[in-house]
Amino acid sequence: MSRWAESVRESSAAPDEAEVGRIFREESGHSVARLIRVFGDIDVAEDAVQDAFAIALRKWPREGLPPNPGGWITTTARNRGIDRLRRESRGRELLGELAVLSSDADDRGEPEEDVPVHDDRLRLIFTCCHPALSREAQVALTLRLLGGLSTEEVARSFLVAEPTMAKRLVRAKRKIKAARIPYRAPADHELPDRLPPVLAVVYLTYNAGLTSTAEPSLCAEAIRLARILVTLMPDEPEVHGLLALLLLTDSRRASRTRPDGSLVLLAEQDRSRWERASIEEGQAIVRRCLRRDQPGPYQLQAAINAVHADAARFDETDWSQILALYDQLLALAPTPVVSLNRAIAIGEVQGPAAALELVDELDLEGYYPFHATRADLLQRLGRPSEAATEYERAAARAPTVGERDFLRRGGRAARRTVLRQTGV
Amino acid sequence: MTKYLLSTHTVEDEAREPRTMEEMQELGRRLASIEREMKSTGAWGFSGRLHEPDTATVVRVTDGEVLTTDGPFAESKEHLAGFYIIEAEDLDAALGWASKVTAAINAPIEVRPFAGFTDEPMG
Repeated sequence: MSRWAESVRESSAAPDEAEVGRIFREESGHSVARLIRVFGDIDVAEDAVQDAFAIALRKWPREGLPPNPGGWITTTARNRGIDRLRRESRGRELLGELAVLSSDADDRGEPEEDVPVHDDRLRLIFTCCHPALSREAQVALTLRLLGGLSTEEVARSFLVAEPTMAKRLVRAKRKIKAARIPYRAPADHELPDRLPPVLAVVYLTYNAGLTSTAEPSLCAEAIRLARILVTLMPDEPEVHGLLALLLLTDSRRASRTRPDGSLVLLAEQDRSRWERASIEEGQAIVRRCLRRDQPGPYQLQAAINAVHADAARFDETDWSQILALYDQLLALAPTPVVSLNRAIAIGEVQGPAAALELVDELDLEGYYPFHATRADLLQRLGRPSEAATEYERAAARAPTVGERDFLRRGGRAARRTVLRQTGV
Repeated sequence: MTKYLLSTHTVEDEAREPRTMEEMQELGRRLASIEREMKSTGAWGFSGRLHEPDTATVVRVTDGEVLTTDGPFAESKEHLAGFYIIEAEDLDAALGWASKVTAAINAPIEVRPFAGFTDEPMG
């Protein structure tokens, strides 16, 4: 509500097109979710909200924002949806089944007094992230339906051609309909299986944003989605953990790359450029998680990032606390990637030799941070020629130009050390 | 309600420990019990186990002539081995049955909706 009040004030009476677009992105998830329940069909709901958007683009800049834009969108979209269905014979059948539903008056554009037991967006997120759908389908559906991004925006964010993305969405929606993936929030006992893909989709969206320059920023979208999840599932500690992790990671986003796109290591980042507001919000969530004491992988990763954020300089980092958190994380999520990160913490607490011993046991041949870590440890151990080889291996596997450039620089530095040592 | 095909597949040349007599009996008991449960809840439509794929015959029309060939249709190494046809409220319910069967037979199961039974709105 307060967001609305603000946007009404900020934008005066008449929003421009960009502002209408922004409001729709904010609100369309709500409307789409509600209308899928009303119409029982994703395409009908999507088209109806799209129609409402077209009307708003004509009306709002002329007449100003309605008092409750979210309610206006849902009501307008529902009326347009019903109009559309009346024109088709199949639609008329569907409408017959919906006669009862269309008479309820809970979204006539007035603020809602009675909060529904389940926000429809909760149903929507669990349908979009159903385990019977591929991860890429889950991500695309979530950004399109819940996030309100256009197909073109989703395609651009993932560097996929628009027709390819459109096909992916069509296929996913066809499967939802044909296989009858239910439109409901899972019961409590189902959550341990059903929540992880939801969190993974948001996390993956954030990470895709780190290497994508497309607008709207996927990082911001992921944080927005994480905030929605917190509203929808306030009792799930991992949902809070995810939001905290994204906020704390995001506080460093501006300082993790140079203007030319190359990476800046945590040790070399200008910490004065870290965003204080995100850090404070993230750390406050981490503290609440600690009090709740139901740790999970996202909360622990958030806590690790909170410790980094606490250090004013890299050499003030409390590595023993970070190592303790990695020990806990490894117990919950015993993956090679967690082991690698834990080994890096060991490197800071016990030195590079102990770390290298652990790293060498891992099977992460195709994962470039594995080679980058080995390269760094070898360099610190005074074995520059092996380090140079590892930097090259890491660079060959790095996904972005920025990361490749960074690693090649490391390789050149290592080779210079070799030259100095051999006295050439 | 939607009808689903739950199908299991054999993979040719797949090295697999032959089941002992006791294991076969145990498997039979578990499958019978799942089938009873399917029937008592109204989910069961039909089920069956098939003979080896080399017992199959393919019939096709080429240039107006009916031709029969010996052997299975697909030239893959995987062949349909058995199936259930069930009716379920939604995919979650169908996946629930599939999990029970897969746990009993210790092999993957494909769950696929029948066309023409899904014209109701999502619920």
